[in-house]
Amino acid sequence: MSFSRTATLRHPFAVLATTVALIGLATPLATQATPARRSTAISSKSDRGMSRAFCASCPETADFAVPGAGQQGSVAAPRNQQTPNAEVHALHVQGNIWMLVGGGGGNVTVQAGDDGVLLVDTSLASLSDAVKAEIKKISSKPLNYIINTHVHADHVGGNETLGKASTDFLAPAQVQILAHESVLNRMSAPTGRQAAFPAGSWPTDTYFTKQKEVFFNGEAIILLHQPAAHTDGDTIVFFRRSDVVSTGDIFQTTTFPFIDTERGGTVTGIIAALNNVLDITVPRDKQEGGTYVIPGHGRLCDEHDVLEYRDMLTIVRDRVRDGVKKGMTLAQVKATQPTLDYDARWGSNAGPQTTDQFLEKIFKEMQSTRP
Amino acid sequence: MLNVHRVRTASLVLLVLAVSGRPAFAQIDFSGVWAPLFHEDQPERIPGPDIGDYAGLPITEAARTRALAWDASLLTLPEHQCKPHPSTYGFRGVGNLRMWSDQDPATQQLIKINTHIQWQEQHRDIWMDGRPHPPEYAPHTWQGFSTGRWEGDTLVVSTTHLKAGWMRRNGLALTDRATMEDRFYRHGDLLTHVYIISDPVYLSEPLVKTNGFRLALNGRIDPYPCESVVEVPRAKGEVPNNLPGTNHAAEEFAAKHGIPVEAALGGAETALPEFIQKMKTLKVPAQTPAAAPPAR
Repeated sequence: MSFSRTATLRHPFAVLATTVALIGLATPLATQATPARRSTAISSKSDRGMSRAFCASCPETADFAVPGAGQQGSVAAPRNQQTPNAEVHALHVQGNIWMLVGGGGGNVTVQAGDDGVLLVDTSLASLSDAVKAEIKKISSKPLNYIINTHVHADHVGGNETLGKASTDFLAPAQVQILAHESVLNRMSAPTGRQAAFPAGSWPTDTYFTKQKEVFFNGEAIILLHQPAAHTDGDTIVFFRRSDVVSTGDIFQTTTFPFIDTERGGTVTGIIAALNNVLDITVPRDKQEGGTYVIPGHGRLCDEHDVLEYRDMLTIVRDRVRDGVKKGMTLAQVKATQPTLDYDARWGSNAGPQTTDQFLEKIFKEMQSTRP
Repeated sequence: MLNVHRVRTASLVLLVLAVSGRPAFAQIDFSGVWAPLFHEDQPERIPGPDIGDYAGLPITEAARTRALAWDASLLTLPEHQCKPHPSTYGFRGVGNLRMWSDQDPATQQLIKINTHIQWQEQHRDIWMDGRPHPPEYAPHTWQGFSTGRWEGDTLVVSTTHLKAGWMRRNGLALTDRATMEDRFYRHGDLLTHVYIISDPVYLSEPLVKTNGFRLALNGRIDPYPCESVVEVPRAKGEVPNNLPGTNHAAEEFAAKHGIPVEAALGGAETALPEFIQKMKTLKVPAQTPAAAPPAR
């Protein structure tokens, strides 16, 4: 990786000061000169993988919609396909893995190697060209696999465009799309209603067990189903050799987790999924680095970031559960402000889920599971 | 005339050599091992702060709520055991500080200044070569991403990309949106470190603290390996925390020191001299009598 650097001329004060020093009239002013800049081979773990131009205004918010009135049972559709900022940036994580981030869509994980290209999620359909352009910068190999972490349009929206055979993208044939079977069920509307997504974007290979295994680009890739978490079809993807986990929306750095209760999501399942991520992540040293975690939205993370999020969510759940145990009503629980210490970091008054809605979902779940 | 010409030539050569051969560098060298001086804020820094003591800190209501929910047992969880201090706290901790510079071998230009604090091996790179900070989607680290510049003899450091950390060791947290500016001043064998933390979530205004160090010519820094273990068997996913209304540490701290609870709970107002007058109008909680010793 490298940062852009600018070679600069020696500060003019240096010339002046040295001249003054030569005639013995003053202390050298050269010592106040700005250090000259130059390219250097010295690097740091802190600047890993920053090989692209920086983005000053990458939106980090999720941009999917929950079903509206009259759409009950339908699969989420993008709230805004015309995203105002289509900037997508690639960040090399480690090993074979890159993270594509930005543009208002979900994060895309790219695994690239001699065998070809594998994607975890495809972001919004409107970002497909930008995503495609970034992938081409990483690899000229064909796209072989897409893995979907869940059904939302900001994660599967690009399936059709990226996955169909084309000459410009080196996709020689229909790309294999892997997902938990719940994702296919929800995308294809097996009950006979109109499908929520076009058939070309549906998973072509599903699993219904706890996990599925793939070997590609010289590494084992484990798909781990997380039951009833963000939705009922969540998969976290573990790249064992590169030591990277792609979580989908059970973890993000932008907001409280969106609990899609209409598609089988629960806070209990999200917490369990976060604990599962903690089980497979191993920090390199001093609770930092090691296994890297690509969240559904937001910046690149490691185990500690997941830990903070898990702790926060568990504590909020504990508070609401305590209120329910004491027989409080929803209004009474809200009056205790159980998210007060986290609202300014994770809360939201708008978008697909407000903090109020987040609390209501947890409250209802705690009520329904109260012993 | 010939001599004058020679003198002019020699001066010109010296000027050229001085301009081209002398790199621009700071006038202050911080290299060496520095031993922390604990006369300032000693009770907080060595024995550790009382739980419930947030006095004089410009914390928000959110920070206070989170601190009251904090249970020290959290640190027994394996994932919490090997956390180093973030750079927003490390200079207040125990353990020597080593500072040294990395120069480009060809030009002797200053590339970065390193700081390394013994406890949990807190190593920080302060980049001096003008590189930009990473984009917002880059990972955050305990020490953050730091760039430095000179203001006269003062080294001024700007740090972003910090992990969610803490400002005090009693549950007063900082978010991953916190940033910091440090200033290093050297006065002979003494080093003064000033740091200014901003956090839009947990601080209502910047928190400013200072730390002193003395140069230790025989100073050393030992390795500090850390391996996490299960100290307390717990159900998977259990996170120790105090439920609302169950933590009375602030009241206990206030009673112990004869101050109102409002002072113990902190906030920007409690840092101001005027607050002393306000304190006189506030109620001081009664100290709970200590339990009688068992009969012998």
